[in-house]
Amino acid sequence: MQRIGVFVCWCGSNIAATVDVKAVAEALKSEPGVVYSADYQYMCSQAGQDLIKEAVKEHNLTGIVVCSCSPRMHEATFRKTAAAAGLNPYMVEIANIREQCSWVHKDIPSGTEKAIILGKAAVAKVNLNTPLTPGESPVTKRALVIGGGIAGIQTALDIADAGFPVDIVEKNPTIGGKMAQLDKTFPTLDCAACILTPKMVDVAQNDKIRIFSYSEVSEIKGFVGNFDVTIRKKARYVKEDVCTGCGLCVEKCPQKKIPNEFNLGMDNRSAIYIPFAQAVPKVATIDAEACTMLKKGKCGLCSKVCTAGAIDYKQQDELISEKYGAIVVATGFNPISMEKFDEYAYSQSKDVITSLEFERLTNAAGPTAGKLLRPSDLKHPHTIVFVQCVGSRCASCAEKGKEYCSKICCMYTAKHAMLTRDKYPDTDVYVFYIDVRTPGKNFDEFYRRAVEEYGVHYIKGMVGKVTPEGDKLKVRASDLLNNKQLNIDADLVVLAAAIEPDKSARPLATMLTASMDTNDFFTEAHPKLRPVESPTAGVFLSGACQGPKDIPETVSQAGAAASKVIGLLAKDKLTGNPCVASSDELMCNGCSSCERVCPYGAISYIDKEFRMPDRTVAIRRVASVNPAVCQGCGACTVACPSGAMDLRGFASGQIMAEVDAICK
Amino acid sequence: MNNKEKLLKEEILRMSGVNPVKCMRCGKCSGTCPAYDEMEYHPHQFVSMVESGDIEPLLESKSLYRCLTCFACVDRCPRNVEPAKLVEAVRLLAVRKQGANHLKPEDVAAVLDDDTPQQLLVSAFRKYAK
Amino acid sequence: MQVKEYKPLIVAFCCNWCSYAGADLAGNNRLSYPADVKIIRVPCSCRVNPMFVLRAFQRGADGVIICGCHPGDCHYTSGNYYTRRRMALLFSMLDYLGIERDRTRLEWVSAAEGAKFAATMNDFVEKVTALGENKRLEDLRCKK
Repeated sequence: MQRIGVFVCWCGSNIAATVDVKAVAEALKSEPGVVYSADYQYMCSQAGQDLIKEAVKEHNLTGIVVCSCSPRMHEATFRKTAAAAGLNPYMVEIANIREQCSWVHKDIPSGTEKAIILGKAAVAKVNLNTPLTPGESPVTKRALVIGGGIAGIQTALDIADAGFPVDIVEKNPTIGGKMAQLDKTFPTLDCAACILTPKMVDVAQNDKIRIFSYSEVSEIKGFVGNFDVTIRKKARYVKEDVCTGCGLCVEKCPQKKIPNEFNLGMDNRSAIYIPFAQAVPKVATIDAEACTMLKKGKCGLCSKVCTAGAIDYKQQDELISEKYGAIVVATGFNPISMEKFDEYAYSQSKDVITSLEFERLTNAAGPTAGKLLRPSDLKHPHTIVFVQCVGSRCASCAEKGKEYCSKICCMYTAKHAMLTRDKYPDTDVYVFYIDVRTPGKNFDEFYRRAVEEYGVHYIKGMVGKVTPEGDKLKVRASDLLNNKQLNIDADLVVLAAAIEPDKSARPLATMLTASMDTNDFFTEAHPKLRPVESPTAGVFLSGACQGPKDIPETVSQAGAAASKVIGLLAKDKLTGNPCVASSDELMCNGCSSCERVCPYGAISYIDKEFRMPDRTVAIRRVASVNPAVCQGCGACTVACPSGAMDLRGFASGQIMAEVDAICK
Repeated sequence: MNNKEKLLKEEILRMSGVNPVKCMRCGKCSGTCPAYDEMEYHPHQFVSMVESGDIEPLLESKSLYRCLTCFACVDRCPRNVEPAKLVEAVRLLAVRKQGANHLKPEDVAAVLDDDTPQQLLVSAFRKYAK
Repeated sequence: MQVKEYKPLIVAFCCNWCSYAGADLAGNNRLSYPADVKIIRVPCSCRVNPMFVLRAFQRGADGVIICGCHPGDCHYTSGNYYTRRRMALLFSMLDYLGIERDRTRLEWVSAAEGAKFAATMNDFVEKVTALGENKRLEDLRCKK
């Protein structure tokens, strides 16, 4: 039997004005288990807390009920008080007689009556409370970053800077991501490669960071602090530690007609290739689908010319298992496919391109060596039409496009238009916009410069149709402000395609049991206050995998994610929430109902030996809850058909007792 | 918006099933309209004028009969607003109100040729078969 | 003889993260609702076992309301979806047993919706009061 002390707080006049606190204390005295009852002006004050501590000692209390404000306010305070008095902190229950009683009810009799009932419910619950101890689990002091774009790079550098080892897994042969493909960056117009490649080199030279390039995560098990990850290192048929990146093999390879992904298929590469000059690691990779040697067993030229002897046609995919304490998702984005947008003739004409293709066309390392030439006939375009919001801001029921604003298009289009006018003042540049959205430091100034200094024609309206005719593109568009329809003969049309999360994000989310929104962006634990954490403990979000972002935002989010990871890895042990589910193995029938409803993957099944009455041993499949992963929602307790699953701190018996006390 | 305008607007929205508040004013409908230059009020104006209850001028306008009902605006609208359905609803309203036909039935044959969209025939038939 | 005014007995289950906070906010803003509502805090609306609802009716409650986070906002990502399905089944079964629909309710109240919480409770109490005492499931053995 518990020995319970009841402490009724006046909260000055906040409670005492509508609740007769003396009557409440008196009424609760006769409840089962209650051995002491008192009231005081401010229970949360030092004097009030001392009163509780003394009562615990004097009356040998085993449980405490505080009738006061919301538990969201002072539950932690009174738990600490209990702990200081030598009680288990989870033997404290709060009856909320302020927010949910005195403040919302006006007359004293009904307020007092309700306060007594709430007190009785709390007493009934405490009678069934058991001491709880939070579980502890060790932390593996190593982080995994999935994705090697600017988000992943920055996160890895920041974590490594704090002294923790980090691994980057990148599915492409090199890190660098989308930023490596960009030409200039808004609004400062510094060149993307000039600011990115030093960071890539930093990553390569940092002895705390390992890069698994041309690799994918194939399995994730475990939980916060203790993830077991299997990484599939795809065969690149080149020994990474031997290759010097001299490029001789690339030069000699006879198979040269493979569309170059890095330049978005606007030129060709060879079957053995290094994506770009500053690639990290600077190691050649053989495209197995294009290589004659790997397909037909003939050729072998690269092996012959390689002085380092790095080519290995027999290389196999390699599985690497590693333990991590934290995982950062930085899977990034891609522009959406333009194929469904027939009206813009993207599939019909080579001269209708996306903005990312335009970046490559203006990049000195791109297919035209930085000269702005139209892809079809390599002539200089004189009239360029930029179309914004292609596939962004579409109705949710629309067959094509995305509902959200892709955020970066207004600014990069302004940049493209400005740079074109700067380099080629003889070109006419039109930008069709619905709204120009420029929230950001120096963003609107940048856009205004494009209009005022560089004479870009910004037209409020939308392009309705692009028709290839001869070597021109007939662009039909509306000019809403002048109430006119425009027909422009353009040489080049650039579509600001919406961006979407990378396709690899969805299967990864499933592996991580991390939640995603309907657009496949990762959801954050709290949209305002925990923006870089996934609701799944130990999983953090960096960059555009969480939502459209420009580079500065991505870098700051990457730093924020890193600091959260460092905070986690700096701990030696994780203290869990003790209010977690637990299964009564004797009652569990191994049906898997609980496993299916658990949003965190905290429940697994184990085969356990049971000693039977007739001295035989039976092996049964029973549920086992991992307390480090369980967040204590209780979904499993209701799903369990046999009643084996219960939630500590909110046990079925406790809630039933509260119901009974209220309905008495 | 006065009461009469409100009623008119409701009638049109009910007939067309269009919700003009979904419009984000991008103007793609007008950018795509092949009959744009023939029209006094353009597809995007239909949407915003119906929304603000400014329907009388639309009813009076020749634009109603310049719309080809080609549905390009419906196809390309990123927000699924379907301006052509709105034009059609206003047109129906005008026709019903007039009680007389804009063209005489015997004139219809003269304006038909192989290029006329079937949709136009259907709506013409609807208009004139009274 | 003076007839005692009928006061219903209402049990409200509120999830810790949204609705309980919403109820606290109603308190902070001093938005009054009848004292007949007694709130039980649960971590998530999906912790509410249909047994608890049945027990409340068995013990003489006149109405039971469950409040959770809005769909998509669940602190535990998907708990309220389970609640929605479970309660749809339970409420229709209770309806079949003669517990009127107005005696049971599932409502989404966010932590910012103090006003909605108070309005919901006022409305619910009014509806239950109109229905009068619930005798259908009451276990007479529970009466002293």
